[in-house]
Amino acid sequence: MHKLLRRLFQHRLLWPFVTLVLLLAVNAAFNPGFWQLQWRDGHLYGSVIDILNRAAPLALVALGMTLVIATRGIDISVGAVVAISAAVAALMIGGELVVKGGVQTYVSRFPMGIALAAALLAAALCGLWNGLLVAKVGMQPIIATLILMVAGRGIAQLLTGGQIITVYYAPFFFLGNGFLLGLPFAVFIAAAVWAGLHLLMTRSALGLFIQTIGINPAAARLAGLRERLITVCVYVFCGFAAGVAGLVISSNVKSADGNNAGMLMELDAILAVTLGGTALTGGRFSLAGSVLGALIIQTLTSTIYSIGVPPEINMVVKAAVVFVVMLLQSPEFRAAVRGVVLRPARSGAR
Amino acid sequence: MGIVLEARGLTRHFTGVRALSGVDLRLFAGEVHALMGQNGAGKSTLIKVLTGVHPPDAGTLALAGEPISPGSPAHAQRLGISTVYQEVNLCPNLSVAENIFAGRYPRKRASGLWRIDAAAMRTRSRELLARLNLDIDVSRLLSSYSVAVQQMVAIARALSVDAKVLILDEPTSSLDEQEVKRLFDVLRQLRGEGMAILFVTHFLEQMYAISDRITVLRNGERVGEYLKADLPPNALITAMVGRELSAAVGRNEAAGAASGPLLLEARGLGRRGQLNPVDMTMRAGEVVGVGGLLGSGRTELARLLFGLEHCDSGELHVAGARVRFDNPAQAIRHGLGMCPEERKHDGIVADLSVRENIALALQGRLGIWPYLSYARQKEIAERFVKALGIKVTDIETPIALLSGGNQQKVVLARWLATEPRLLILDEPTRGIDVAAKQEIMNEILRLAREGLAVLFISSEMEEVVRVSDRIVVLRDRSKVGELPGNSSEQEVFHMIAAQA
Repeated sequence: MHKLLRRLFQHRLLWPFVTLVLLLAVNAAFNPGFWQLQWRDGHLYGSVIDILNRAAPLALVALGMTLVIATRGIDISVGAVVAISAAVAALMIGGELVVKGGVQTYVSRFPMGIALAAALLAAALCGLWNGLLVAKVGMQPIIATLILMVAGRGIAQLLTGGQIITVYYAPFFFLGNGFLLGLPFAVFIAAAVWAGLHLLMTRSALGLFIQTIGINPAAARLAGLRERLITVCVYVFCGFAAGVAGLVISSNVKSADGNNAGMLMELDAILAVTLGGTALTGGRFSLAGSVLGALIIQTLTSTIYSIGVPPEINMVVKAAVVFVVMLLQSPEFRAAVRGVVLRPARSGAR
Repeated sequence: MGIVLEARGLTRHFTGVRALSGVDLRLFAGEVHALMGQNGAGKSTLIKVLTGVHPPDAGTLALAGEPISPGSPAHAQRLGISTVYQEVNLCPNLSVAENIFAGRYPRKRASGLWRIDAAAMRTRSRELLARLNLDIDVSRLLSSYSVAVQQMVAIARALSVDAKVLILDEPTSSLDEQEVKRLFDVLRQLRGEGMAILFVTHFLEQMYAISDRITVLRNGERVGEYLKADLPPNALITAMVGRELSAAVGRNEAAGAASGPLLLEARGLGRRGQLNPVDMTMRAGEVVGVGGLLGSGRTELARLLFGLEHCDSGELHVAGARVRFDNPAQAIRHGLGMCPEERKHDGIVADLSVRENIALALQGRLGIWPYLSYARQKEIAERFVKALGIKVTDIETPIALLSGGNQQKVVLARWLATEPRLLILDEPTRGIDVAAKQEIMNEILRLAREGLAVLFISSEMEEVVRVSDRIVVLRDRSKVGELPGNSSEQEVFHMIAAQA
C-alpha cells in the first residue's frame, strides 16, 4: 500500500491532475449546477460538456506541439496555421441555401471532402515549411516558426480578403457543433487523434526516436536515426493537427476570420504542453499530460467567466493561476517548501 | 612545507548511497598531490565537497589552520580554492577574456557608472595566458579555439584569482603530449611559487611525471596517503582496484590470423580541410590501430568512414561493393558501428534508460517499424549487461546515473547488439578507470578473434601498439605510413617525427 502511494506521488501526471480537480472543485463551489447534465434532443448538455467541447481544438494543437517540443523545438506558427486552414475550408465550401422544387438544400462550391482535404493539405504544407527550415536549413525553431506566425496570418487574411467569410453549408457545421452518441463530435475528433498518436508512439519506435532526438540529436544521428527526416515529419504533423483544429473552430463559429481565428493559440498550446509535464528542453513527453493541460486551460477560462471575474482583470487572474500551477510543478520549489516546513525542527543541530 | 588545506573525516551521502565516508586529505604548500581511484571511487565527490558544490554531511575542512565551510564554488574561490573541472565548463559564446573574468569583471568608474574595463580585462587575460605560454587573441570567441586551448583558458581562469589551492580534475584528457608538457611546466612553476595543487587523472604515467604525493580512494574511502617514491605502479593499481590485476592484455595473439577476407578498402578517401586522401584496407578479424597526435586527422578519418562527413575525393568499398555513405544510417546498414570520441556529447542519451540506450542502434537500423518488443529489448540489454559486466542493478536506470566506464560499456553494447562487421572505436577508454579499461579491451580483442574488424583510435600510443595488428600512422591530416602491430611506441613516434 505504501509503495502504491509512493508510485502515485511520483507519477508525472499527478500535479496536472490535482490542478484540474481543484479547478473543477472551485467551479462546483461557485456554481452548484456545474456537474448537472441534461439530456435534450439526444444530446448531453452541461458546463462539463461545454468545457470538453471547447477544449478539443486546443487539445489537438497541443498534441502536435507536444511532439515538436519533445524534439527540443517549438512551433509558434500554429495559431496562424489554424487561421489558414479555416480560411481555405471556408473559401472552398462557401455554400448557399437554394430551394429546389420546394426543398431547401445547401450547395457548396466544392465537394466538402475536397475542401477539407485541401485545408488539411495547406496546414501540412505549412508544417513542412517549418520542418525544412528547422531540420534542413538549421534555423532555430522559434525563429523559423516566427516567420510563418507572421506571414501565415497575412496569407489567411489574403485568402479571406480581410473579411470574415461566413459559411452556409450545414454538413460542415457538424464538425464543431454536431453530436455523436450524445457527446460533441469535436471531442471524438480530438480523442481519435490522441488515440492514433498514442498507438503510434507506443507500438512503433517513433516515440523512442523522438525522445532520443530531443535529448541528444548528435547521438541520435550517430546511432543511425534519420533525425532530420523525423524532425520534418513531426513539424508536418504539428501543422496538420493545427489544421484539424482550424476546421473544428471555423465549423463551430460557422465562419473564418483570418484576423482572429487561432489568435494566441500557440501560447495556450505551449502552456498546455508545459502544464502537462513535458519540459521545453525536449526529451520525455506525455501526450495525456498535454490533453490534461488543455483541459486545465479551458476549465480555467470557463471558471473565470462563471465566477464573475471582471473581464478587464481576467488575464491577470489566469496568469496568476498558471504561475501557481507552474510553481507547484517545479521539483525545486517543492523541495524548498519542504525544506522550510521541515527544517526548523533540526536547524540547530549543525 | 606546511599543510595548506586539510580535510578530516569527510562524509557525504546521496539518496542512500555513501559517496564518501570519513575521507582525510592533506594538501601541502609547494606540492602536486595526485588523487587516484577508479570511476566511482569518490574523487569527483571529494572535489565537489572541497569546492563547496556539496556540503559534507560530516567532517571538517581547514585552510591554513582556519576552519572553513565553503558554501558555493564562488565562496571557495574567494577563500583561495580554485578549480578546473573535468568538462570544460566555460561559455563558448563569450570571448576568451570574458571567460577568464566571467563573474568578476574588472570595473572602471566612468561618468558615475560602474562599467566593465574591457581594456584592462584583455591586458590581464593576455598576462595570465602568457604565464601558460599561450599567445592567442583574447577578444575572439572561445568557441573558435580547440578544446586544448579552451582547457588552458579554464586554467587561466582558475589562476586569475589569488589561489592558494588549485584543483585540476582530469585536465589532460583532451590535451596532446605537447600540451600536457606545457601544462606540466606551468604546474611546476606554480608549485615553485608555493601553491598546493590537487591533480586528478587516469593517466598513470602523467601522474608519476608530475606528482609528489598520492592519495588513493576506493569505494568512497581513503586507502592511504603515500609519497610517490613509496608507491610503484603495481602497488598503486592494487590499492585502487583492491585486488591484483591480471597482466595487461596483449595484442591479438594469433597475430598472423589477420588474414580474413578484405572487408573495407578506401582509395584516396578524403575531404578538403579535414583529411588528405587516404588509402587503407581492413580485413575481417583485424585490429587496425591509428597512430597520431591530437589533430592529426584521427577523428576525421573515423567520421569520414562512418558517413558523418561526406568525402569529396576517393572511393570506399565495403565487402567488395562500392559504397557512398551520406549519413551514419547507411554505414550501419553495411555493418559498420562507431563509438564516438565524445561520449557525453555524441554517445549516451542521458535521460533514456540503459535498456533503451542499448537497443537504440539496432532499432535505428530496423526503422520505426517493427518496434522491438519490451521483452526483446530487455533480453538484449540483460545479455550485454552480463557479458560486459555493466554495473547496474536495474536496466531501467537512466544512463546518466552510471559512471563513465559503465556508460562507455553501454555505448559499446549498443553497437555489439547490431552485430557489426566493422567497429570504429574512437578513444574507447578515455576517462575510465584501469579495471574497466581492461575489461573493454579484453572484450574488443575477443570479438576481433571472432572476426570483427576494429579500427582503434586512442591518444595512448602504448595502448595502440599493444592491441593492433597493424598501425596506420597519421600526421597533419595525412597518412604517412603503416607499421606492423609488433612495432614499439618509439617506432610510431619516429615515423610521425621523421616525416615532419
